[in-house]
Amino acid sequence: MTILTDHAERARTIPLDQIDVSDPELFRQEALHPYFERLRKDAPVHYCAESAYGPYWSITKFNDIMAIDTNHKVFSSDHTHGSFVLDDTTLNAVDGGIYLPNFLGMDPPEHDVHRMAVSPIVAPHNLLRFEATIRERTRRVLDSLPIGETFNWVDRVSIELTTMMLATLLDFPFEERRRLTRWSDIVTTRPGYGLVDTWEQREQELMECLAYFQQLYAERKKLPPQPDLVSMLAHTPSMQGLDDTQFLGMLVLLIVGGNDTSRSSMSGGALACSLYPGEFAKAKANRALIASMIPEIVRWQTPIAHMRRTALEDFEFQGQKIRKGDKVAMWYLSGNRDEDVIERPMDFIVDRPRARHHLSFGFGIHRCLGNRLAELQLKVLFEEVLERYSRIEVAGEPVRVPSNLIHGFIELPVRLHV
Amino acid sequence: MPKITFITADGAERVVEAASGVTVMEAALQNLVQGIDGDCGGAAACGTCHVYVDPAWTDKTGPATPGIEKDMLLLTDNVRENSRLSCQIRLSDALDGLIVRMPEGQH
Repeated sequence: MTILTDHAERARTIPLDQIDVSDPELFRQEALHPYFERLRKDAPVHYCAESAYGPYWSITKFNDIMAIDTNHKVFSSDHTHGSFVLDDTTLNAVDGGIYLPNFLGMDPPEHDVHRMAVSPIVAPHNLLRFEATIRERTRRVLDSLPIGETFNWVDRVSIELTTMMLATLLDFPFEERRRLTRWSDIVTTRPGYGLVDTWEQREQELMECLAYFQQLYAERKKLPPQPDLVSMLAHTPSMQGLDDTQFLGMLVLLIVGGNDTSRSSMSGGALACSLYPGEFAKAKANRALIASMIPEIVRWQTPIAHMRRTALEDFEFQGQKIRKGDKVAMWYLSGNRDEDVIERPMDFIVDRPRARHHLSFGFGIHRCLGNRLAELQLKVLFEEVLERYSRIEVAGEPVRVPSNLIHGFIELPVRLHV
Repeated sequence: MPKITFITADGAERVVEAASGVTVMEAALQNLVQGIDGDCGGAAACGTCHVYVDPAWTDKTGPATPGIEKDMLLLTDNVRENSRLSCQIRLSDALDGLIVRMPEGQH
Protein backbone atom coordinates (compact mmCIF):
# COMPACT_ATOMS: atom_id res chain seq x y z
CA MET A 1 0.00 0.00 0.00
CA THR A 2 2.83 2.40 0.90
CA ILE A 3 4.44 1.62 -2.42
CA LEU A 4 1.30 2.60 -4.31
CA THR A 5 0.87 5.83 -2.34
CA ASP A 6 4.48 6.70 -3.14
CA HIS A 7 3.83 6.07 -6.80
CA ALA A 8 0.72 8.25 -6.81
CA GLU A 9 2.73 11.12 -5.35
CA ARG A 10 5.70 10.54 -7.64
CA ALA A 11 3.45 10.33 -10.72
CA ARG A 12 1.93 13.73 -9.89
CA THR A 13 5.22 15.52 -9.39
CA ILE A 14 7.86 13.89 -11.60
CA PRO A 15 8.92 16.01 -14.62
CA LEU A 16 7.10 14.70 -17.69
CA ASP A 17 10.30 13.94 -19.58
CA GLN A 18 11.34 11.52 -16.85
CA ILE A 19 8.24 9.34 -17.09
CA ASP A 20 8.98 5.87 -18.49
CA VAL A 21 5.86 3.72 -18.39
CA SER A 22 7.63 0.78 -20.04
CA ASP A 23 9.44 -0.24 -16.85
CA PRO A 24 8.36 -3.86 -16.06
CA GLU A 25 8.82 -3.18 -12.36
CA LEU A 26 5.90 -0.74 -12.48
CA PHE A 27 3.75 -3.51 -13.94
CA ARG A 28 4.89 -6.02 -11.32
CA GLN A 29 3.65 -3.58 -8.68
CA GLU A 30 0.52 -2.61 -10.65
CA ALA A 31 1.70 0.98 -10.11
CA LEU A 32 1.06 2.18 -13.65
CA HIS A 33 -2.29 3.83 -13.33
CA PRO A 34 -1.22 7.13 -11.69
CA TYR A 35 1.46 7.59 -14.38
CA PHE A 36 -1.01 6.89 -17.16
CA GLU A 37 -3.47 9.29 -15.55
CA ARG A 38 -0.79 12.00 -15.56
CA LEU A 39 0.09 11.33 -19.19
CA ARG A 40 -3.56 11.35 -20.31
CA LYS A 41 -3.96 14.74 -18.62
CA ASP A 42 -0.65 16.48 -19.32
CA ALA A 43 0.99 14.69 -22.26
CA PRO A 44 -1.37 12.34 -24.11
CA VAL A 45 1.19 11.90 -26.91
CA HIS A 46 4.36 11.59 -24.87
CA TYR A 47 7.97 11.07 -25.85
CA CYS A 48 10.25 9.04 -23.63
CA ALA A 49 13.81 9.65 -24.76
CA GLU A 50 15.48 6.91 -22.75
CA SER A 51 14.26 3.47 -21.77
CA ALA A 52 15.50 -0.11 -21.74
CA TYR A 53 13.88 -0.39 -25.19
CA GLY A 54 15.20 2.85 -26.63
CA PRO A 55 13.18 6.02 -27.23
CA TYR A 56 9.45 5.63 -27.82
CA TRP A 57 6.18 7.55 -27.95
CA SER A 58 3.29 6.73 -25.61
CA ILE A 59 -0.29 7.11 -26.79
CA THR A 60 -2.57 6.97 -23.76
CA LYS A 61 -6.03 8.37 -24.73
CA PHE A 62 -8.75 6.03 -26.03
CA ASN A 63 -9.53 7.88 -29.26
CA ASP A 64 -5.88 8.57 -30.07
CA ILE A 65 -5.13 4.86 -29.75
CA MET A 66 -8.03 4.11 -32.08
CA ALA A 67 -6.64 6.61 -34.61
CA ILE A 68 -3.15 5.07 -34.59
CA ASP A 69 -4.42 1.48 -34.56
CA THR A 70 -6.57 2.05 -37.67
CA ASN A 71 -3.87 3.93 -39.57
CA HIS A 72 -1.81 0.89 -40.53
CA LYS A 73 -0.47 2.58 -43.65
CA VAL A 74 1.53 5.04 -41.56
CA PHE A 75 1.92 3.06 -38.34
CA SER A 76 3.37 -0.26 -39.36
CA SER A 77 3.48 -3.56 -37.47
CA ASP A 78 5.87 -5.12 -39.89
CA HIS A 79 8.75 -7.14 -38.48
CA THR A 80 11.11 -5.52 -40.95
CA HIS A 81 10.62 -2.25 -39.05
CA GLY A 82 10.89 -3.85 -35.62
CA SER A 83 7.50 -5.48 -35.10
CA PHE A 84 4.63 -4.90 -32.70
CA VAL A 85 6.03 -4.90 -29.17
CA LEU A 86 8.33 -2.36 -27.53
CA ASP A 87 10.97 -4.95 -26.68
CA ASP A 88 12.70 -5.79 -29.97
CA THR A 89 14.24 -8.93 -28.48
CA THR A 90 10.84 -10.63 -28.20
CA LEU A 91 10.53 -11.22 -31.93
CA ASN A 92 13.75 -10.12 -33.59
CA ALA A 93 17.32 -11.39 -33.67
CA VAL A 94 18.73 -8.51 -31.67
CA ASP A 95 20.55 -8.47 -28.32
CA GLY A 96 20.04 -12.21 -27.75
CA GLY A 97 16.50 -12.58 -29.11
CA ILE A 98 15.64 -14.76 -32.09
CA TYR A 99 13.67 -13.93 -35.20
CA LEU A 100 10.00 -14.97 -34.92
CA PRO A 101 8.11 -13.47 -37.87
CA ASN A 102 4.31 -13.78 -37.90
CA PHE A 103 1.27 -12.05 -39.33
CA LEU A 104 0.72 -9.75 -36.38
CA GLY A 105 4.11 -8.42 -37.42
CA MET A 106 3.23 -8.01 -41.08
CA ASP A 107 1.54 -5.33 -43.13
CA PRO A 108 -0.94 -6.11 -45.93
CA PRO A 109 -1.03 -7.86 -48.32
CA GLU A 110 1.23 -10.54 -46.77
CA HIS A 111 -0.59 -10.10 -43.44
CA ASP A 112 -4.00 -10.87 -44.95
CA VAL A 113 -2.87 -14.15 -46.53
CA HIS A 114 -1.38 -15.48 -43.31
CA ARG A 115 -4.24 -14.31 -41.10
CA MET A 116 -6.91 -15.79 -43.35
CA ALA A 117 -5.09 -19.15 -43.34
CA VAL A 118 -5.78 -19.64 -39.64
CA SER A 119 -8.88 -17.52 -38.98
CA PRO A 120 -11.41 -20.30 -39.84
CA ILE A 121 -10.47 -22.02 -36.55
CA VAL A 122 -12.44 -19.34 -34.66
CA ALA A 123 -15.26 -18.93 -37.20
CA PRO A 124 -18.80 -18.99 -35.74
CA HIS A 125 -19.54 -22.62 -36.66
CA ASN A 126 -16.36 -23.77 -34.91
CA LEU A 127 -17.25 -21.82 -31.78
CA LEU A 128 -20.56 -23.66 -31.63
CA ARG A 129 -18.61 -26.90 -31.89
CA PHE A 130 -16.35 -25.89 -28.98
CA GLU A 131 -18.94 -24.69 -26.48
CA ALA A 132 -19.99 -28.08 -25.11
CA THR A 133 -16.36 -29.16 -24.66
CA ILE A 134 -15.50 -25.91 -22.89
CA ARG A 135 -18.44 -26.25 -20.52
CA GLU A 136 -17.72 -29.85 -19.67
CA ARG A 137 -14.07 -29.05 -18.90
CA THR A 138 -14.89 -25.92 -16.96
CA ARG A 139 -17.31 -27.85 -14.74
CA ARG A 140 -14.73 -30.54 -14.14
CA VAL A 141 -12.06 -27.99 -13.18
CA LEU A 142 -14.39 -26.12 -10.82
CA ASP A 143 -15.60 -29.39 -9.27
CA SER A 144 -12.02 -30.19 -8.33
CA LEU A 145 -11.50 -26.94 -6.37
CA PRO A 146 -11.58 -26.84 -2.57
CA ILE A 147 -14.16 -24.73 -0.76
CA GLY A 148 -12.97 -22.44 2.02
CA GLU A 149 -9.30 -23.24 1.43
CA THR A 150 -6.78 -20.99 -0.27
CA PHE A 151 -5.37 -22.10 -3.63
CA ASN A 152 -3.69 -20.46 -6.64
CA TRP A 153 -6.48 -19.58 -9.08
CA VAL A 154 -3.96 -18.83 -11.85
CA ASP A 155 -2.59 -22.36 -11.90
CA ARG A 156 -5.70 -24.37 -11.11
CA VAL A 157 -8.23 -22.44 -13.19
CA SER A 158 -6.76 -19.89 -15.60
CA ILE A 159 -3.77 -21.86 -16.88
CA GLU A 160 -5.60 -25.17 -16.79
CA LEU A 161 -8.59 -23.98 -18.84
CA THR A 162 -6.70 -21.93 -21.40
CA THR A 163 -4.05 -24.58 -21.92
CA MET A 164 -6.68 -27.26 -22.50
CA MET A 165 -8.34 -25.00 -25.06
CA LEU A 166 -5.07 -24.35 -26.81
CA ALA A 167 -4.28 -28.07 -26.89
CA THR A 168 -7.65 -28.61 -28.58
CA LEU A 169 -7.09 -25.87 -31.15
CA LEU A 170 -3.72 -27.35 -32.06
CA ASP A 171 -4.79 -30.96 -31.47
CA PHE A 172 -1.71 -31.13 -29.25
CA PRO A 173 -1.06 -34.29 -27.18
CA PHE A 174 -3.29 -33.57 -24.21
CA GLU A 175 -1.12 -35.02 -21.45
CA GLU A 176 1.79 -32.83 -22.51
CA ARG A 177 -0.21 -29.63 -22.73
CA ARG A 178 1.71 -27.76 -20.03
CA ARG A 179 4.61 -27.60 -22.47
CA LEU A 180 2.45 -25.10 -24.37
CA THR A 181 2.14 -23.00 -21.22
CA ARG A 182 5.90 -23.01 -20.80
CA TRP A 183 6.59 -22.06 -24.42
CA SER A 184 4.00 -19.31 -24.24
CA ASP A 185 5.63 -17.86 -21.13
CA ILE A 186 9.17 -17.87 -22.47
CA VAL A 187 8.33 -16.14 -25.74
CA THR A 188 7.40 -12.94 -23.93
CA THR A 189 10.20 -12.93 -21.38
CA ARG A 190 13.92 -12.21 -21.29
CA PRO A 191 16.62 -13.50 -18.92
CA GLY A 192 16.41 -12.08 -15.42
CA TYR A 193 12.67 -12.18 -14.90
CA GLY A 194 12.50 -15.60 -13.28
CA LEU A 195 11.68 -17.82 -16.25
CA VAL A 196 14.94 -18.26 -18.16
CA ASP A 197 18.50 -17.62 -17.01
CA THR A 198 20.16 -17.01 -20.37
CA TRP A 199 19.30 -16.09 -23.94
CA GLU A 200 20.71 -19.46 -24.98
CA GLN A 201 18.22 -21.23 -22.74
CA ARG A 202 15.31 -19.29 -24.25
CA GLU A 203 16.48 -20.07 -27.76
CA GLN A 204 17.04 -23.73 -26.97
CA GLU A 205 13.55 -24.16 -25.53
CA LEU A 206 11.98 -22.41 -28.51
CA MET A 207 13.90 -24.77 -30.79
CA GLU A 208 12.43 -27.69 -28.83
CA CYS A 209 9.03 -26.16 -29.52
CA LEU A 210 9.84 -26.02 -33.23
CA ALA A 211 11.04 -29.63 -33.31
CA TYR A 212 7.97 -30.85 -31.47
CA PHE A 213 5.63 -29.12 -33.87
CA GLN A 214 7.59 -30.20 -36.92
CA GLN A 215 6.83 -33.76 -35.94
CA LEU A 216 3.12 -32.98 -35.49
CA TYR A 217 3.15 -31.17 -38.83
CA ALA A 218 4.70 -34.15 -40.62
CA GLU A 219 2.06 -36.46 -39.17
CA ARG A 220 -0.85 -34.17 -40.07
CA LYS A 221 0.50 -33.63 -43.54
CA LYS A 222 0.05 -37.33 -44.29
CA LEU A 223 -3.54 -37.35 -43.04
CA PRO A 224 -6.57 -35.70 -44.65
CA PRO A 225 -7.23 -32.10 -43.50
CA GLN A 226 -8.58 -31.81 -39.94
CA PRO A 227 -10.04 -28.77 -38.21
CA ASP A 228 -6.98 -28.07 -36.06
CA LEU A 229 -4.39 -25.33 -36.53
CA VAL A 230 -1.45 -27.61 -37.31
CA SER A 231 -3.43 -29.49 -39.92
CA MET A 232 -4.64 -26.21 -41.38
CA LEU A 233 -1.05 -24.99 -41.75
CA ALA A 234 -0.09 -28.32 -43.30
CA HIS A 235 -2.88 -28.25 -45.88
CA THR A 236 -3.69 -24.61 -46.67
CA PRO A 237 -2.24 -23.89 -50.13
CA SER A 238 -1.04 -20.38 -49.21
CA MET A 239 0.95 -21.73 -46.24
CA GLN A 240 3.03 -24.24 -48.18
CA GLY A 241 6.73 -23.58 -48.15
CA LEU A 242 6.93 -21.81 -44.79
CA ASP A 243 10.53 -22.16 -43.62
CA ASP A 244 11.42 -23.17 -40.04
CA THR A 245 11.64 -19.58 -38.89
CA GLN A 246 8.27 -18.64 -40.34
CA PHE A 247 6.68 -21.80 -38.97
CA LEU A 248 7.98 -21.12 -35.45
CA GLY A 249 6.95 -17.46 -35.72
CA MET A 250 3.40 -18.46 -36.62
CA LEU A 251 3.29 -21.03 -33.81
CA VAL A 252 4.41 -18.65 -31.10
CA LEU A 253 1.82 -16.11 -32.18
CA LEU A 254 -0.94 -18.72 -31.97
CA ILE A 255 0.37 -20.05 -28.65
CA VAL A 256 0.79 -16.68 -26.95
CA GLY A 257 -2.34 -15.21 -28.51
CA GLY A 258 -4.45 -18.16 -27.41
CA ASN A 259 -3.00 -18.52 -23.97
CA ASP A 260 -1.57 -15.61 -21.99
CA THR A 261 -4.46 -13.36 -22.90
CA SER A 262 -7.48 -15.40 -21.85
CA ARG A 263 -5.49 -16.62 -18.87
CA SER A 264 -5.00 -13.07 -17.60
CA SER A 265 -8.67 -12.23 -18.12
CA MET A 266 -9.75 -15.32 -16.18
CA SER A 267 -7.52 -14.26 -13.29
CA GLY A 268 -8.41 -10.58 -13.55
CA GLY A 269 -12.09 -11.52 -13.56
CA ALA A 270 -11.67 -13.41 -10.29
CA LEU A 271 -9.84 -10.45 -8.75
CA ALA A 272 -12.55 -8.04 -9.93
CA CYS A 273 -15.28 -10.26 -8.43
CA SER A 274 -13.38 -10.25 -5.14
CA LEU A 275 -12.79 -6.49 -5.05
CA TYR A 276 -16.36 -5.68 -6.10
CA PRO A 277 -18.56 -8.17 -4.21
CA GLY A 278 -21.63 -6.01 -4.85
CA GLU A 279 -21.11 -6.32 -8.61
CA PHE A 280 -20.65 -10.07 -8.25
CA ALA A 281 -23.92 -10.29 -6.33
CA LYS A 282 -25.67 -8.18 -8.97
CA ALA A 283 -24.57 -10.57 -11.74
CA LYS A 284 -25.47 -13.60 -9.63
CA ALA A 285 -28.99 -12.23 -9.16
CA ASN A 286 -29.41 -11.40 -12.86
CA ARG A 287 -27.55 -13.84 -15.10
CA ALA A 288 -28.43 -11.90 -18.25
CA LEU A 289 -25.73 -9.46 -17.14
CA ILE A 290 -23.09 -11.97 -18.25
CA ALA A 291 -23.37 -10.29 -21.68
CA SER A 292 -21.87 -7.06 -20.29
CA MET A 293 -19.90 -8.64 -17.44
CA ILE A 294 -17.55 -10.51 -19.80
CA PRO A 295 -16.47 -7.51 -21.93
CA GLU A 296 -16.19 -5.54 -18.67
CA ILE A 297 -13.76 -8.14 -17.32
CA VAL A 298 -11.74 -7.92 -20.54
CA ARG A 299 -11.66 -4.11 -20.31
CA TRP A 300 -10.93 -3.95 -16.60
CA GLN A 301 -8.06 -6.42 -16.86
CA THR A 302 -6.73 -5.41 -20.31
CA PRO A 303 -4.55 -8.53 -20.72
CA ILE A 304 -2.30 -6.97 -23.37
CA ALA A 305 -0.96 -3.72 -21.92
CA HIS A 306 0.36 -2.29 -25.17
CA MET A 307 0.92 -2.87 -28.86
CA ARG A 308 3.68 -1.04 -30.62
CA ARG A 309 3.88 0.39 -34.14
CA THR A 310 6.66 2.05 -36.13
CA ALA A 311 6.06 5.27 -38.06
CA LEU A 312 6.77 4.84 -41.78
CA GLU A 313 6.82 8.59 -42.39
CA ASP A 314 6.97 11.85 -40.44
CA PHE A 315 3.52 12.37 -39.00
CA GLU A 316 2.06 15.21 -37.01
CA PHE A 317 -0.30 13.87 -34.36
CA GLN A 318 -2.10 15.92 -31.69
CA GLY A 319 0.49 18.68 -32.05
CA GLN A 320 3.48 16.32 -31.72
CA LYS A 321 5.91 15.53 -34.51
CA ILE A 322 6.37 11.78 -34.74
CA ARG A 323 9.33 11.06 -37.01
CA LYS A 324 9.82 8.31 -39.53
CA GLY A 325 11.22 5.26 -37.74
CA ASP A 326 9.96 6.24 -34.29
CA LYS A 327 8.50 3.57 -32.02
CA VAL A 328 4.92 4.28 -30.98
CA ALA A 329 3.34 2.42 -28.05
CA MET A 330 -0.45 2.32 -27.84
CA TRP A 331 -1.20 1.73 -24.17
CA TYR A 332 -4.50 -0.15 -24.21
CA LEU A 333 -4.25 -0.38 -20.42
CA SER A 334 -4.40 3.42 -20.27
CA GLY A 335 -7.00 3.95 -23.00
CA ASN A 336 -9.32 1.58 -21.17
CA ARG A 337 -9.08 3.92 -18.15
CA ASP A 338 -9.68 7.11 -20.17
CA GLU A 339 -12.23 9.08 -18.17
CA ASP A 340 -13.27 11.07 -21.28
CA VAL A 341 -14.64 7.93 -22.95
CA ILE A 342 -15.40 5.55 -20.07
CA GLU A 343 -17.36 6.62 -17.01
CA ARG A 344 -15.81 5.67 -13.64
CA PRO A 345 -13.10 3.84 -15.57
CA MET A 346 -11.25 2.42 -12.57
CA ASP A 347 -14.38 0.62 -11.36
CA PHE A 348 -15.60 -2.82 -12.34
CA ILE A 349 -19.28 -2.45 -13.27
CA VAL A 350 -21.06 -5.59 -14.49
CA ASP A 351 -23.95 -3.73 -16.11
CA ARG A 352 -21.82 -1.06 -17.76
CA PRO A 353 -23.65 0.39 -20.80
CA ARG A 354 -21.79 -0.24 -24.09
CA ALA A 355 -19.35 -2.51 -22.27
CA ARG A 356 -18.05 -3.87 -25.57
CA HIS A 357 -16.57 -0.49 -26.46
CA HIS A 358 -13.08 -1.16 -25.10
CA LEU A 359 -9.56 -1.39 -26.51
CA SER A 360 -8.42 -4.74 -25.16
CA PHE A 361 -8.70 -6.52 -28.53
CA GLY A 362 -7.20 -3.62 -30.46
CA PHE A 363 -8.87 -2.09 -33.51
CA GLY A 364 -8.18 -2.22 -37.22
CA ILE A 365 -6.66 -5.00 -39.27
CA HIS A 366 -4.66 -6.47 -36.38
CA ARG A 367 -7.67 -6.76 -34.08
CA CYS A 368 -7.53 -9.88 -31.94
CA LEU A 369 -8.36 -12.92 -34.04
CA GLY A 370 -9.51 -15.10 -31.14
CA ASN A 371 -11.66 -12.54 -29.35
CA ARG A 372 -14.90 -14.47 -29.82
CA LEU A 373 -13.38 -17.66 -28.51
CA ALA A 374 -11.89 -15.79 -25.55
CA GLU A 375 -15.30 -14.34 -24.74
CA LEU A 376 -16.88 -17.76 -25.01
CA GLN A 377 -14.37 -19.30 -22.60
CA LEU A 378 -14.88 -16.45 -20.14
CA LYS A 379 -18.66 -16.60 -20.48
CA VAL A 380 -18.78 -20.30 -19.67
CA LEU A 381 -16.34 -19.92 -16.77
CA PHE A 382 -18.18 -17.05 -15.11
CA GLU A 383 -21.63 -18.57 -15.74
CA GLU A 384 -20.46 -21.65 -13.86
CA VAL A 385 -18.81 -19.52 -11.16
CA LEU A 386 -22.01 -17.51 -10.60
CA GLU A 387 -23.96 -20.75 -10.44
CA ARG A 388 -21.76 -22.28 -7.73
CA TYR A 389 -20.33 -19.67 -5.42
CA SER A 390 -21.70 -16.88 -3.26
CA ARG A 391 -18.35 -15.12 -3.20
CA ILE A 392 -14.82 -15.26 -4.57
CA GLU A 393 -12.31 -13.99 -2.04
CA VAL A 394 -8.76 -13.09 -2.99
CA ALA A 395 -7.04 -14.20 0.18
CA GLY A 396 -3.51 -12.86 -0.31
CA GLU A 397 -1.38 -10.48 -2.29
CA PRO A 398 -1.50 -11.24 -6.05
CA VAL A 399 1.87 -11.85 -7.70
CA ARG A 400 1.94 -10.13 -11.07
CA VAL A 401 3.90 -10.72 -14.28
CA PRO A 402 6.81 -8.26 -14.56
CA SER A 403 6.01 -7.34 -18.17
CA ASN A 404 4.86 -4.25 -20.02
CA LEU A 405 3.15 -6.52 -22.57
CA ILE A 406 1.45 -9.36 -20.66
CA HIS A 407 -0.72 -7.73 -18.01
CA GLY A 408 -1.35 -10.79 -15.90
CA PHE A 409 -0.73 -12.82 -12.79
CA ILE A 410 1.64 -15.51 -11.62
CA GLU A 411 -0.27 -16.16 -8.42
CA LEU A 412 -3.74 -15.22 -7.25
CA PRO A 413 -4.52 -16.82 -3.89
CA VAL A 414 -8.26 -17.41 -3.86
CA ARG A 415 -10.76 -18.81 -1.37
CA LEU A 416 -14.19 -19.83 -2.60
CA HIS A 417 -17.40 -19.59 -0.62
CA VAL A 418 -20.58 -21.53 -1.42
CA MET B 1 -38.11 8.09 -40.28
CA PRO B 2 -36.56 5.42 -42.51
CA LYS B 3 -37.49 1.81 -41.80
CA ILE B 4 -34.87 -0.95 -41.94
CA THR B 5 -35.45 -4.68 -41.97
CA PHE B 6 -32.78 -6.83 -40.32
CA ILE B 7 -32.89 -10.54 -41.20
CA THR B 8 -30.84 -13.00 -39.15
CA ALA B 9 -28.94 -15.96 -40.64
CA ASP B 10 -31.84 -18.25 -39.68
CA GLY B 11 -34.43 -16.01 -41.31
CA ALA B 12 -35.95 -14.10 -38.39
CA GLU B 13 -37.01 -10.58 -39.41
CA ARG B 14 -36.98 -7.45 -37.32
CA VAL B 15 -38.16 -4.06 -38.59
CA VAL B 16 -36.92 -0.93 -36.85
CA GLU B 17 -37.26 2.80 -37.46
CA ALA B 18 -34.42 5.22 -36.99
CA ALA B 19 -33.73 8.86 -37.65
CA SER B 20 -32.10 9.96 -40.88
CA GLY B 21 -28.45 10.67 -40.23
CA VAL B 22 -27.75 7.75 -37.92
CA THR B 23 -25.97 4.71 -39.28
CA VAL B 24 -27.50 1.27 -39.76
CA MET B 25 -25.23 -0.03 -36.96
CA GLU B 26 -26.47 2.69 -34.58
CA ALA B 27 -30.07 1.95 -35.54
CA ALA B 28 -29.46 -1.70 -34.63
CA LEU B 29 -27.87 -0.86 -31.29
CA GLN B 30 -30.57 1.68 -30.38
CA ASN B 31 -33.22 -0.99 -30.99
CA LEU B 32 -31.26 -3.86 -29.42
CA VAL B 33 -31.17 -5.84 -32.65
CA GLN B 34 -29.32 -9.06 -31.82
CA GLY B 35 -26.39 -9.90 -34.06
CA ILE B 36 -24.90 -6.43 -34.56
CA ASP B 37 -22.25 -5.56 -31.97
CA GLY B 38 -20.55 -2.38 -33.19
CA ASP B 39 -17.68 -2.74 -30.73
CA CYS B 40 -15.56 0.09 -32.14
CA GLY B 41 -18.38 2.61 -32.04
CA GLY B 42 -18.57 3.30 -35.75
CA ALA B 43 -15.00 3.63 -36.99
CA ALA B 44 -15.09 0.58 -39.31
CA ALA B 45 -12.32 -0.75 -37.09
CA CYS B 46 -13.68 -3.99 -35.66
CA GLY B 47 -15.85 -5.68 -38.29
CA THR B 48 -18.59 -6.61 -35.80
CA CYS B 49 -21.44 -4.93 -37.71
CA HIS B 50 -21.06 -6.88 -40.95
CA VAL B 51 -24.25 -7.13 -43.05
CA TYR B 52 -25.26 -8.26 -46.52
CA VAL B 53 -27.23 -5.56 -48.27
CA ASP B 54 -30.27 -6.92 -50.12
CA PRO B 55 -29.43 -6.91 -53.85
CA ALA B 56 -32.35 -4.55 -54.53
CA TRP B 57 -30.66 -1.93 -52.33
CA THR B 58 -26.98 -2.19 -53.23
CA ASP B 59 -27.20 0.62 -55.81
CA LYS B 60 -28.53 2.98 -53.15
CA THR B 61 -26.12 2.02 -50.36
CA GLY B 62 -23.15 1.77 -52.71
CA PRO B 63 -20.25 -0.67 -52.27
CA ALA B 64 -17.79 -0.79 -49.36
CA THR B 65 -15.59 2.30 -49.32
CA PRO B 66 -11.89 1.90 -50.07
CA GLY B 67 -9.69 2.29 -47.00
CA ILE B 68 -10.40 0.87 -43.58
CA GLU B 69 -13.89 -0.54 -44.42
CA LYS B 70 -12.56 -2.55 -47.35
CA ASP B 71 -9.42 -3.53 -45.43
CA MET B 72 -11.52 -4.88 -42.57
CA LEU B 73 -13.95 -6.73 -44.86
CA LEU B 74 -11.00 -8.44 -46.52
CA LEU B 75 -10.32 -10.11 -43.17
CA THR B 76 -13.93 -11.01 -42.40
CA ASP B 77 -15.43 -14.48 -42.89
CA ASN B 78 -17.94 -15.19 -45.63
CA VAL B 79 -17.60 -11.85 -47.31
CA ARG B 80 -19.68 -11.37 -50.46
CA GLU B 81 -20.00 -8.66 -53.05
CA ASN B 82 -22.87 -7.04 -51.12
CA SER B 83 -21.01 -7.08 -47.77
CA ARG B 84 -20.83 -3.80 -45.88
CA LEU B 85 -19.92 -2.67 -42.42
CA SER B 86 -23.26 -1.24 -41.34
CA CYS B 87 -21.60 1.56 -39.36
CA GLN B 88 -20.60 3.01 -42.74
CA ILE B 89 -24.17 3.16 -44.14
CA ARG B 90 -25.85 6.39 -43.10
CA LEU B 91 -29.65 6.41 -43.18
CA SER B 92 -31.64 8.85 -45.28
CA ASP B 93 -35.13 8.94 -46.79
CA ALA B 94 -33.64 7.34 -49.89
CA LEU B 95 -32.89 4.26 -47.79
CA ASP B 96 -36.41 3.99 -46.33
CA GLY B 97 -37.29 0.27 -46.59
CA LEU B 98 -33.67 -0.95 -46.64
CA ILE B 99 -33.21 -4.69 -46.11
CA VAL B 100 -29.99 -6.12 -44.69
CA ARG B 101 -29.12 -9.70 -43.76
CA MET B 102 -26.77 -10.72 -41.01
CA PRO B 103 -24.04 -13.35 -41.10
CA GLU B 104 -24.11 -16.42 -38.88
CA GLY B 105 -21.97 -14.56 -36.34
CA GLN B 106 -19.87 -11.41 -36.04
CA HIS B 107 -16.24 -12.40 -35.94
